[in-house]
Amino acid sequence: MTVQTTSQIATKIARRVAELPPSGIRRFFELVLATEGVVSLGVGEPDFQTPWTIREQAIYELEKGKTTYTSNYGLRELRVELASWLARRYGLSYDPDTEIVITVGGSEAIDIALRALLDPGDEVLVVEPCYVSYAPTVILAGGTPRYVPTFQEEGFRLNFDRLREAVTDRTKALVVNYPNNPTGATLRQPDLEKLIRFATEYDLLVLSDEIYAELTYEGHHVSLAALPVAKERTLLISGFSKAFAMTGWRLGYLCGPAELIAAMVKIHQYTILCAPTISQYAALEALRSCDEDVAAMREEYRRRRDFIVKAFNELGLPTLTPDGAFYAFANIKATGLTSEEFCTELLRSQKVAIVPGTAFGPSGEGFVRASYAASFERLELAVEGLSRFLGK
Amino acid sequence: MKFKLMELLRQNARLTNEQLAARLGITAEEVAQLLSELEASRAIYGYKALINPDAAGEEIVEAIVEVHVSPTRGEGFDGIARRIYRFPEVRSLYLMSGGSDFLLFMEAKSLKEIAKFITEKLATMDGVKETQTHFLLKKYKQDGVPLDGEESLERLPVTP
Ligand SMILES: Cc1ncc(COP(=O)(O)O)c(C=O)c1O
Repeated sequence: MTVQTTSQIATKIARRVAELPPSGIRRFFELVLATEGVVSLGVGEPDFQTPWTIREQAIYELEKGKTTYTSNYGLRELRVELASWLARRYGLSYDPDTEIVITVGGSEAIDIALRALLDPGDEVLVVEPCYVSYAPTVILAGGTPRYVPTFQEEGFRLNFDRLREAVTDRTKALVVNYPNNPTGATLRQPDLEKLIRFATEYDLLVLSDEIYAELTYEGHHVSLAALPVAKERTLLISGFSKAFAMTGWRLGYLCGPAELIAAMVKIHQYTILCAPTISQYAALEALRSCDEDVAAMREEYRRRRDFIVKAFNELGLPTLTPDGAFYAFANIKATGLTSEEFCTELLRSQKVAIVPGTAFGPSGEGFVRASYAASFERLELAVEGLSRFLGK
Repeated sequence: MKFKLMELLRQNARLTNEQLAARLGITAEEVAQLLSELEASRAIYGYKALINPDAAGEEIVEAIVEVHVSPTRGEGFDGIARRIYRFPEVRSLYLMSGGSDFLLFMEAKSLKEIAKFITEKLATMDGVKETQTHFLLKKYKQDGVPLDGEESLERLPVTP
């Protein structure tokens, strides 16, 4: 038997994993954990409990002994319900038997989609600032992410000239996320039409992460795949975490053309087998009877959004009114501090936690993300702390 | 806006006009104006604390009484309702569909006091045909609030 030192053991780690940069949020996370009595607006999940009717249904199903595997694609009953919910909410039409797979959160949906698509060297356009997992997941799938920035002056919307510049002959797909984490931006129909024309022109697939669709405050969310000709090149990624306050249930879904979904289910069947059965029953109840709960949460987020955006702007931190999700992305450039300095100092001096924009990509520098999935009292405390910090 | 204001106060009547204004996106003066309108129309007819005397070690007895009455010509149920609810012991009185006519909520320091009110005042009143008294044994939830405390949500302090 050989005794290995830690560093020798570390050499066993696959290069692409070893070289993967640690999550930008990680360092700051440790700092927050080490600080007592923090008022945190750093949380990317709802501050509501899962509606009781969902939890009660799950308890009932457990009592009935629903403890076995489901089909690899997911409980058929759930897929049928989801197809009709997607039709009702967004005018989408997906075949529950071949075009939908139930996954372990939107997270797994992103992973199996990319792994099924990418060969070594394939490139994926990742529009940033964005959710932290896209680029690392592309890398883990053997591909190369190409960041395409968006800017506050442009409302963090897509700029097609910049997208065109980033396309190469290895570009296979594009990841977009609207409503966006961290900017709160949404896309209007004309932008979506341009997006599909762009994707068609370069023959790209679009991974559309619409996990915050139900949390749209201005107008109704338009789903990319609902546009004519869009469905055949769109992979819809979504889940139950945000809309139904079900983060811990780990349930999401992936919808798309049948051949692609079949390929993705191949990975899913060998690595996951099926999404948690009890969560699937819970999700069924969520789709059937929680429209009003979702609407009530949305209204509460909207009220908080209006408060925090106004407060940031009054404090001299220019912030666009987010049309969706539950984040305000504030411009802190006037302070002369970097995002990380700003957040670290704010945490040290006022015990208020918000997340440096750089966690979400290079063009997040000069910005901070504050989640308004927090009680009004907390938002008020955070704004008071921020105000003292800025000497206002 | 009025309805939203009422809903906020219903959740927490101690919010200041400034806090209410921040939540509604209007000015504190506008809140004051709305409040005086709501109070004038009795859409808001009072501000009271939700209390649980039990938790403070104070014993009170509560009863719910089903009351069957004979309505009178001209006044229907209203006349007799008024005669009943004017007793300060009566906290709430509702006209019901179904089994009984009125549902009466009352509280007192002791069982004896409640019995005294019912046997001497209520049951003997003209037009009251029958009463059925239910004593409250335990309260689980009142005014939308579970009395053993709300459940807490334990989230990590920072997540992407
Ligand atoms: C944009 C976005 N996509 C996907 C996810 C993953 O969510 P889940 O795996 O819980 O469905 C998140 C979570 O924060 C997110 O913000």
